[in-house]
Amino acid sequence: MIAAARCVVRRDLLLALRRPSDVGTALLFFVIVASLFPLGIGAEPNQLRAVAPGVIWVAALLSSMLSLSRLFAADHADGTLEQMLLGVSPLGVIAAAKVFTHWLVSGLPLVLIAPLIALQYDLPASLYGTLALSLLLGTPVLSLIGAIGAALTLGLRGGGVLLSLLVLPLYVPVLIMGAGSVDMAAAGLAPQGQLQLLGALLLLAAAFAPWAIAAALRISTE
Amino acid sequence: MNWGGWSEFWAMGGYGFYVWGAYGVTCAGLAVEVFLLRRRTREAKA
Amino acid sequence: MSAAIKWYWFSSPQTFFPLAGKIARWSAVGAGLLAAAGLYVGFFVAPTDAQQGEAYRIIFIHVPAAWMSMFLYVVMAFWAGIGLAFNTRLSSMMASAIAPTGALFTFLALWTGALWGRPTWGAYWVWDARLTSELILLFLYLGFMALQAAIDEPRRADRAGALLAIVGVVNVPIIYYSVTWWNTLHQGASVSLTRAPSMASTMLTGMLLMALAFWLYSIAASLARVRCIIKERE
Repeated sequence: MIAAARCVVRRDLLLALRRPSDVGTALLFFVIVASLFPLGIGAEPNQLRAVAPGVIWVAALLSSMLSLSRLFAADHADGTLEQMLLGVSPLGVIAAAKVFTHWLVSGLPLVLIAPLIALQYDLPASLYGTLALSLLLGTPVLSLIGAIGAALTLGLRGGGVLLSLLVLPLYVPVLIMGAGSVDMAAAGLAPQGQLQLLGALLLLAAAFAPWAIAAALRISTE
Repeated sequence: MNWGGWSEFWAMGGYGFYVWGAYGVTCAGLAVEVFLLRRRTREAKA
Repeated sequence: MSAAIKWYWFSSPQTFFPLAGKIARWSAVGAGLLAAAGLYVGFFVAPTDAQQGEAYRIIFIHVPAAWMSMFLYVVMAFWAGIGLAFNTRLSSMMASAIAPTGALFTFLALWTGALWGRPTWGAYWVWDARLTSELILLFLYLGFMALQAAIDEPRRADRAGALLAIVGVVNVPIIYYSVTWWNTLHQGASVSLTRAPSMASTMLTGMLLMALAFWLYSIAASLARVRCIIKERE
């Protein structure tokens, strides 16, 4: 079981590394969206500092969603997915492995580059830790929930737009808790409560989402 | 009885726009749904 | 034993079809009568509110619509889940039939809430926890309907919609909790919305009558719609 998961992770990572532009696109999207906001609302430092957590989190939501539609599409097209459905290893484990890889290439880079955006928004350095930690806990939840939507919309016309309609409302708690933790820290309060709730969301999603993804894949391919 | 006459009833103590806006759109929404359902029933039978 | 047979018998769309028509007709009649009674109580019996004047009369449709919007989502997810678990076609059809009515009531709750908010809080829209959750609920309904509309094959549409509805219903309490927390964090100085108006018993009567009317209307509308779906598919 673990061997199968490791195999899927290694294969997907290899595929992603062979096309680094795909990984770069989502990251670049994140940076560009975050850089557009000051142009829209003005560069007044106090205002920027106030909106920074929200802007960074919304940009992370959108960027993580951008790469979702590709999560199962290639495997679906070349028949690999069918092999996985028929294979002996539980589909939930394979789904979890695929989601984990998706997070490695689309979520983790956001965590690493977020301090740079925070710099643009003049966030005090004391908040970088909370921001990075909230993204570290929150982005895997985005990948897990998003993968359910990706599996449900597999092969549908207008899949990308539909996917965002299904997934974005479900992202709301992550957005609130993620941006909220940074807001709390910025107000000089302890962000532990929100971070713990994000962690709870992560555990909940990690426990249930893989099976929902597996069920959705079966529904979409039968 | 709350109202001295029709004009008072429609005025709703100055809140006529809000009260009738809410009730009007609710009636319209339900009416549209009933209309669409009737049409769909007719088309399904045909 | 015989009860079990009866359930299976009615779970066949063909046998349910005439029964649904009968229930829908009587529910529609009941909804009309109760709405008439509720509106009478609401406009002619219930006294003017001391603080909000006549504007409070929106409560007679706003609160029932909000109740129905939430209740219908749970009922929809329930039927969707039954359809997914036991593979009964009729349950899945019920879920798809309930969704548009639920979305309509969600929209009406938002609309009447906005028109009630303007005279009482001074703004059509405030980011109150309940309004925000209601808005997200509307998005969940629309997502469910959009997903089913995008899938041509009925079986896949049923099952995909069911999974989404179940994921949604698990999420609704989490969304509500997080939105409530968010609201306390960003509480503006303007409004506090937790004050429950001291309600005269006639106000409560009117509200309950309207809630029953909406409930019967929902039954009538969803059953009429499920009849269309049966006709279209079989």
